[in-house]
Amino acid sequence: MHLATSYHPQNKHEDTILSPLRRITFVDRWLWAVLLGVMGLGAYAYSRQWVFGLGVTGMNRPVYWGVYITNFVFFIGLAHSGTFISAILRLAGAGWRKPLTRAAEAITLFSLPFGVASILIDMGRPDRVLNVIFYGRFQSPLLWDFTAVSLYLFSSVVFFYLSLLPDIALCRDRLTEAPLWQQRVYGFLAFGWQGRPEQFHRLERVLDGMAIFMTMLVVTVHTVVSWVFGMTVQPGWHTALIGPFFLLGAIFSGTAAVVIALAILRRVYHMQEVLTVSLFNSLRKLLIVFTLGWLYMMVAEHLTQFYGSLPDEMEVFWQKFTGAFAPLFWLMFLIVFVLPLIIFVFLGKNRIGWMVAASVLINVGMWLERFLVIVPTETRPRLVSTLMAGMGNYQPTWVEGAITASLFAGMVLLYAVFTRLFPVVPIWETAEAVEAETLPARPRRSLFGMRRSR
Amino acid sequence: MTRWAMVIDLEKCVACQGCSIACRFENNTPAVSPEQAARGRAIRWNDVFPFPVNPTEDTGEYPNVKARYMTRPCMHCENPPCTKVCPVLATYKDEEGLVRQNYSRCIGCRFCTVACPYGVRYFNWYAPQWEDPLALRLNPDRLESRGVLEGPAVRPKGVVEKCTFCIHRLAKARARAEAEGRAFRGDEYVPACVQTCTGKARYFGDLDDPNSTVTQLEKSPRAFRLLEEVGTHPKVIYLREG
Repeated sequence: MHLATSYHPQNKHEDTILSPLRRITFVDRWLWAVLLGVMGLGAYAYSRQWVFGLGVTGMNRPVYWGVYITNFVFFIGLAHSGTFISAILRLAGAGWRKPLTRAAEAITLFSLPFGVASILIDMGRPDRVLNVIFYGRFQSPLLWDFTAVSLYLFSSVVFFYLSLLPDIALCRDRLTEAPLWQQRVYGFLAFGWQGRPEQFHRLERVLDGMAIFMTMLVVTVHTVVSWVFGMTVQPGWHTALIGPFFLLGAIFSGTAAVVIALAILRRVYHMQEVLTVSLFNSLRKLLIVFTLGWLYMMVAEHLTQFYGSLPDEMEVFWQKFTGAFAPLFWLMFLIVFVLPLIIFVFLGKNRIGWMVAASVLINVGMWLERFLVIVPTETRPRLVSTLMAGMGNYQPTWVEGAITASLFAGMVLLYAVFTRLFPVVPIWETAEAVEAETLPARPRRSLFGMRRSR
Repeated sequence: MTRWAMVIDLEKCVACQGCSIACRFENNTPAVSPEQAARGRAIRWNDVFPFPVNPTEDTGEYPNVKARYMTRPCMHCENPPCTKVCPVLATYKDEEGLVRQNYSRCIGCRFCTVACPYGVRYFNWYAPQWEDPLALRLNPDRLESRGVLEGPAVRPKGVVEKCTFCIHRLAKARARAEAEGRAFRGDEYVPACVQTCTGKARYFGDLDDPNSTVTQLEKSPRAFRLLEEVGTHPKVIYLREG
């Protein structure tokens, strides 16, 4: 199918990067089995929900949205890791991003489906999901979500695949001892890639173009997610800041997730040479900026709320600061802001363990933050807030716990399997010399058909 | 045009909850078990509750209580926040100003329930169930056509329901007028809560008819609407006590 003369960029780490693809260990199988087990438990929990209805969850009136919607926002936020790293940093010309682009994009790719799944799981009538297509109306922010997230999923797959293409071809040519089905998959997915210079040129240009598009999507997708809340008139939700705050939180938790994934890959697949400490230090700087940015948003939102002191808004405000949600709120503040900032500034430099600890804290905390945006508002709705004595306390049930665990297990499983099938560090992008010696001398055709010479 | 509206005179209301019960039996609203109700899953299309005189103040302790009673059906807003957010047009405001709910199209996303500032929308967490004597006496009325299920029809699990201003009664009154070969008049139909009200505190009619009771009462200096500041323009008008 392919020509044996394919050109592959020279990369001195090629063997290191390909080594995880050459075998599947005992530990792998155990990990996959455990993750599948957790997913099975989630499937059982969901089957109960399907049969009996959403009554098996802890949701009630007025807390109509709970853990599932929190998961939705969190997974979509996590998905911003990859696009931020590879699209925005590509446009910014940050060359250090190259070794970690794929590991980050894989987080995007594998968390998005679970964001979509969270919405489906939250539906009272999942059997009627196609109504959204048959009768969808664009006045509803849910349709904006539907459009933005599906477009994001589709473009992420394309973006991911394109940057994977030269490496698939490399796998096709190098991993000749792999099982036959695997070789066939590589052969098919490589689409006859030969690594000719103009192919690399074209690929780079397409990736640059897509990076612009993806950057716009990154901004819109999470803003639209926040508008599901922001477009209502409910106290605490109805603020123009909710969009930018959600976006910042998404990139924040996404980047922290990249630190965790990278550290695990580095340790497990012995990639100390490829995923250097300096990479982590670069991410650390970004994360310090995001931590401070998060505080800025937090203060801007709550100071405005507090100073204005509108009675309905204050009901929600006090729920978070001193009320039923205060323990969670202050815990969240501690693990999203205080501890990570201390760790990153004073302890994190050159110490991956500390950085991973802070990143785990950030991600747990950002999940809590999403929860604390969604639920306290619902417990203090305008009219009924004073009336519903003893109501509005939301206790998630084991069903919600099991389904949440299974979503995370699914994401980790896809990620783990992926790292055994495809190189998790882009070999061609980190290569010393990407192109063959001779560059094409003819003028390049620009996007709009106008000729320009190099 | 017609704009159906309700006026509730709080001066006359004795908080007997007759409207709630009439509504429940008229519209087949399922009763839930006490523990489900304690978890906030009771369905009360027409709720009656103590309402603080000033929501920002303490209501006080017996016998110095500063509270009054409020009864609350769906407001059938002119500018409903719930219909805007529905992704599938399962809920919408019809040409007569009624905010409708189609049980057979609703996907159960509960966006409308979180968007409504009045909390008038209810979700079927489980399939509805009735104890035996009740199950034998369900209201058989329903509005049904292709892809549409409305009115007191027993709801499936996982959909949202709400006060309809007894839309099946409107349909029946129209059908009767048509069968008798005459024009339908706005005073031929009232919802069950209006019919049953012990203190005759509820009035129902057409706000676009300048001679209707509701139009006259709307001009009263006692008239107010709930949460007017939210900009929903409710078509349920209250008359203040005192």
